[in-house]
Amino acid sequence: MTETSLSNQDVQPAEEVALKVRNLDFYYGNFKGLNNVSLDIARHRVTAFIGPSGCGKSTLLRTFNRMYDLYPGQRAVGEILFNGRNLLDRKQDVNLVRAKIGMVFQKPTPFPMTIYENIAFGIRLYERLSTSEMNDRVEWALRKAALWDEVKSKLQQSGLSLSGGQQQRLCIARAVAVRPEIVLLDEPTSALDPISTAKIEELVDELKSEYTIAIVTHNMQQAARISDYTAFMYLGDLVEFGVTDQLFIKPQKKQTEDYITGRFG
Amino acid sequence: MDIYSRRLLANRIGIGLSMLAMFVGLIALLWILFTLFSKGFAALSWDFFTQDTPAPGTAGGGLRNSIIGSLMIIGVTTLVSTPIGILAGIYLAEFGETSKFASATRFVTDIMLSAPSIVIGLFVYALMVATLGGFSGWAGSVALSLIAIPVVVRTTENMLRLVPSSLREAAFAVGAPRWRVSINVTLRAVKAGVVTGVLLAIARVTGETAPLLFTALNNQFFSTNMSQPMGNLPVVIFQFAMSPYDNWISLAWGGALLIALLVLTINVGARIMFRSKGNL
Repeated sequence: MTETSLSNQDVQPAEEVALKVRNLDFYYGNFKGLNNVSLDIARHRVTAFIGPSGCGKSTLLRTFNRMYDLYPGQRAVGEILFNGRNLLDRKQDVNLVRAKIGMVFQKPTPFPMTIYENIAFGIRLYERLSTSEMNDRVEWALRKAALWDEVKSKLQQSGLSLSGGQQQRLCIARAVAVRPEIVLLDEPTSALDPISTAKIEELVDELKSEYTIAIVTHNMQQAARISDYTAFMYLGDLVEFGVTDQLFIKPQKKQTEDYITGRFG
Repeated sequence: MDIYSRRLLANRIGIGLSMLAMFVGLIALLWILFTLFSKGFAALSWDFFTQDTPAPGTAGGGLRNSIIGSLMIIGVTTLVSTPIGILAGIYLAEFGETSKFASATRFVTDIMLSAPSIVIGLFVYALMVATLGGFSGWAGSVALSLIAIPVVVRTTENMLRLVPSSLREAAFAVGAPRWRVSINVTLRAVKAGVVTGVLLAIARVTGETAPLLFTALNNQFFSTNMSQPMGNLPVVIFQFAMSPYDNWISLAWGGALLIALLVLTINVGARIMFRSKGNL
């Protein structure tokens, strides 16, 4: 991870890297949404992205699973290396990328099916399991998302019948069920009440032992609480990236300091 | 008069005028329904459903042949137009958002939606009846399908567009290919709306007369052969209502009531369906 020179004075996580971003530019039509972003996302750690609205943190997250591909006019230039391959490569199969790099969104988005089917849907896309194997996997995923005890008696009910916080954990279970390497969380708690938020944060902490997690949040306390590394972004630039405690206690850049002390944003 | 009381007055006048307009429309509707029920109910009897259309000058008779004929023609229409309409709607909403081909399809669909049904009847006459050598139930179904398909396409597309992009993204995010996202997630999310669209399309074609005049024509005898001219309610009503025979006229009223009840049932069914869309 040292061969490329970095434009930002990044702290390089001195550990295994799951995703290596180099010189990434992003365009919405003619508008440039990201400027030359380079950073490493450490394996089995939580990396948080903070910054004011419109700073490009969600945009960056959505390049990691090429979600922007759905929209004509949006394009990314640069490199995102995952297992040695550039995700932005045209030849890269996006569905395979998304099976390896899962995502949970701001609003809970259960599919219009039963709770069981919500989990099984993604698994069936890539694996052929027997009924009992599938039952085990569904239970496993729901346990991972700390939802099993609440739904085990109503797996055949609609996913839409759950509360908002439960729906969001269902979405996390759905993302985990396909056994991805990385889980992207795009403001996963901003539509939830404080208790559900606390549950999700706890969950993130548990999940990081097996998954690499990248989370976008506009709640700085949340970033400070749950992340190992934090990236502060502003107007499409990666302003500062480092170990969370250091970034919050002793930021290197004036902009970062202003933002985390609430002077703007 | 101060501003506030002027506003109150304007409000009252506005409400008064719209109530008046509502009554004009409602009275016409109630009048039609009342006449239909009072004259039609007299015609409904056991014979009405079990006897075939009577020859000129014979007493009694029923509409069995045309009821069965209508059901068959509409059944085939449903089987043809539902898959075509839904698949085309999926294409327009999920696959061809920006392509030229999709916008051309959308444009043609809109024209077809407002095309006079007699034109569609004549078109199928020229296409199938004149070339294949005769009126037939198949030709009737084709003509009705041409009317039903655009309705199904439009409702399916509009329904799919109501699906929030977050749900679509979520389905893509687990690595699902586009066709799976469309069939298993987005179409499923709007299932009730799409079924409603199909039901409304069926209701729409149930009463169509002009396209059938040129295609299925009519058949005085009981027949389930779709390759032959086929009895059907709208054309029978049209012929019998203008005949000099009292029993024919009475049968026409009965047929009209039957169609009205059928359409009413479908519409109410569609509404109930749409309302209960919360469950799976």
